[in-house]
Amino acid sequence: MERRKFIGRAALAALSGAMGAEIVFGKSLPNGYIPLGLQNPDPFKMFNKDNQMVLLNDKPWNMEAQAHLLDDKVTPNKYIFIRNNGLVPESIDVKNWTLTIGGESVAKEKTYSLAELKSKFKQYTYQLTLECGGNGRAEFNPPTKGNQWTIGAVFCAKWTGIRLRDVLEDAGIKNDAVYIGYHAIDEHLSRDPKKAPISRGAPMAKALQDETLLAFKMNGADIPLVHGYPLRLVAGGWPASVSGKWVQRISIRNKVHDGAKMTGDSYKVPCNPVAPEEKVNEKDMCIIESMPVKSLITHPKTGAMILKGKKLDIRGHAWAGELEVAKMEYSIDFGATWNQCPIEKPANRLAWQHFSAQVDFPKKGYYEIWCRATDAQGISQPMLIPGWNPKGYLNNACQRIAIKVT
Amino acid sequence: MEDKYSKYKKSVHGIYRLIIILWCFIGIITVMGVYIMVDPTLSAFRSQAPQETLVAIPEEDDYDKIEDGIHVRTGFIAAPGLMETINNCTNCHSSKLVIQNRMDKERWVATIRWMQETQNLWDLGENEAIIVDYLVENYPLEKMGRRKNLSAIEWYALRD
Repeated sequence: MERRKFIGRAALAALSGAMGAEIVFGKSLPNGYIPLGLQNPDPFKMFNKDNQMVLLNDKPWNMEAQAHLLDDKVTPNKYIFIRNNGLVPESIDVKNWTLTIGGESVAKEKTYSLAELKSKFKQYTYQLTLECGGNGRAEFNPPTKGNQWTIGAVFCAKWTGIRLRDVLEDAGIKNDAVYIGYHAIDEHLSRDPKKAPISRGAPMAKALQDETLLAFKMNGADIPLVHGYPLRLVAGGWPASVSGKWVQRISIRNKVHDGAKMTGDSYKVPCNPVAPEEKVNEKDMCIIESMPVKSLITHPKTGAMILKGKKLDIRGHAWAGELEVAKMEYSIDFGATWNQCPIEKPANRLAWQHFSAQVDFPKKGYYEIWCRATDAQGISQPMLIPGWNPKGYLNNACQRIAIKVT
Repeated sequence: MEDKYSKYKKSVHGIYRLIIILWCFIGIITVMGVYIMVDPTLSAFRSQAPQETLVAIPEEDDYDKIEDGIHVRTGFIAAPGLMETINNCTNCHSSKLVIQNRMDKERWVATIRWMQETQNLWDLGENEAIIVDYLVENYPLEKMGRRKNLSAIEWYALRD
């Protein structure tokens, strides 16, 4: 037998093993075609991401932006962070895709095709800020477990879809409804079909908001596969894990949804503040709802060197979960003094807001520009890392960029 | 007589020819048989050109290559406990998830328990202590205070 042939066949077997599944019809794979799961993948190409994005994890896929990549007012796909708890679906049967509204508190379980959803309900477009609950985890001390996100697990894209409320009301909501939970097609990392990688949700009040969408489109095009094609929940201002991808079922629950990553310490913080490393019982952990106030300087990129006497233009975005950002400030002296700068109104509720300023430096040397947003209730970003919590959520400390004046 | 002899000669010739043909036939069948045993799919008769684009398979001996103290395939530090860690901790998730975390012994054990209770991780037996020691030793906690200095700044001249 020819050696190459043998290697080819053995490789197929070995690779099947590596994928944890037999490659059905492996023999009839087109020559030169490498199955998705085997590609020693250039994830940046595979997911159409800019190669300045930072890969944190390749199983499951997790990737974040850097601050300067998020300069656009509406974030293009190439700079949008990727967060997965499970495996990205390998194929989507979009023709037969259905959404079922069920659960204890639905008046009558009802199933819709994608075409029905698109034609039966009015469509809306909103810019919505989505931030991973664990964005900033890398700075907690002592470290907390999970993907070590720095600052780039946030974006604001333009989402088009139908209001979740319209569909829930069409199926009928019973009076005892408390929560919704989503169910999606992504597989658990162990490929155990009985396990869902993630099935989270939101209280009815959030589910019924105008801006809570079942989205078909992101930035005017089909949602990219890795971001939830063909149907995704989008609940702006809340941990992005509420915005379930690849949604096929929504349960209207008569209690707080108890799907995967709703229990234990996932997406929860201590109800009362704790000392670093303190153990917290499950009953003393509260589910994260609205994300805290936060901001990013997206221009210039950290590390800029400018000549003395030149003014520096800075700009960026600020957001505040369910609230609006009311005030924006920056400091060039490590928080000793603050300068207020204008902040634009949001394009719509739950969209991030833009700020800009011209910065003067008194003399040569090393500077850090810190930015600090304040929300409509007067709550600002802390300059140090906020309260430690067991899973390292909600770090909204002031972002810092380094500048040298020469 | 002559007629009889030539008839006899002819039939001998005939038999002789038959035997040769028979042998040739057997010979051809044998060659084909042997070939089919060697190459049952008759692949030598098919066009070979497209096969050139098959996936590159790393040489077997490079699979666990170590370079500059790093296990190349996983990025793990090469130290005692490496293979136990690879074999038990990279089946479901990437080694990248392990490497970016810093925990003490107690919290690594708690993480393993959580994975066993909720994520289908098996009983690690004697390997548990080996793996936890490997992780604590090679990926130790850093003291970073309430906020670290900015680091790894790539300085560049900003022009308008």
